[in-house]
Amino acid sequence: MRRTVLLLALAAALLAPPTAVAQRPSLPDIENEVMCVSCEIPLNIAESAQADQQRDLIRTLIAQGASKKQIKAMLVTEYGEDVLALPDDSGFGITAYAIPLALGALLAGGLIVLLPRWRRRTPAGIAEQDAPGLSDAESSRLDNELARYER
Amino acid sequence: MKRVLVVVLAIVASAALIGLLLYGLGSREEDLSIEQALARGERPAAPSRELAVLGERGTRSIAELRGQVVVLNFWASWCGPCKVEAPVLDRAQKRLQRDGTGTVLGVTRDDATPDSLKFVRDFSVTYPSVRDVDTKLARDYGSTKVPETFVIDARGRIADALRGQITQQRLDEALSKALQ
Repeated sequence: MRRTVLLLALAAALLAPPTAVAQRPSLPDIENEVMCVSCEIPLNIAESAQADQQRDLIRTLIAQGASKKQIKAMLVTEYGEDVLALPDDSGFGITAYAIPLALGALLAGGLIVLLPRWRRRTPAGIAEQDAPGLSDAESSRLDNELARYER
Repeated sequence: MKRVLVVVLAIVASAALIGLLLYGLGSREEDLSIEQALARGERPAAPSRELAVLGERGTRSIAELRGQVVVLNFWASWCGPCKVEAPVLDRAQKRLQRDGTGTVLGVTRDDATPDSLKFVRDFSVTYPSVRDVDTKLARDYGSTKVPETFVIDARGRIADALRGQITQQRLDEALSKALQ
């Protein structure tokens, strides 16, 4: 029993450090998801004094052991909501994802309903318009021409 | 009837998209309505918001400074011209405080608190500042860059707008206008 407990404790101790390291965010990880607020471009491509200060703040927070979520929350406190490259996926921010999806679904639904109707209507209309009746003389001439062509 | 409905829906959707596009383009343009009003000889009412005081607890607003001349200065620690004009603003603060006529009120934007506080220490800034985290006050003033300075008279009206780095002479002129 004692040996089992010791083995479990050892296993936990061996497994714990890599897990903690894996969860620790990196600067590029966060740079991809936030904006340089004064340049209005993503931080990972921003080159300015303000962008450098923003990176320094992220590095400091990483060094203090903050999680990605905590760092982003701190950036919002310091720079406002505009610092987030992607809108929040809860509350009002969800409309940013929901509206394009709803519009896409509406467009697809409209096409599913309307396309078959247009396809059905078009050949019939064309057939009626493009098939003028032939007179007897024209029919006879057409038959003769076809017969001569087949010979 | 159905066809009419489809056409109406398509027109409404197109109008909404065009409206959204125009709004997006319009919101990026610089708002110069304050300058236009000043050029007509008017003094527009100074927009006010309750904002957190930099480095202290509590809030401050322009509205509560009614009765005093206010030099409202939008700044950020990463902004080069802000560093150059900080001594000019500090001299104005000392003069206004000595005469009991008003105050300089700094407004930080796009700037983290530790960086702003370092700027205050490095440049021995004596005037108070508030934090415009969501740049709502800046937008009220049509301000998109730093530094920008607005001189507000004792009746809470904008007497002058100085976009870009200020000079001692230009600030003195604006203060004379506001103190009249």
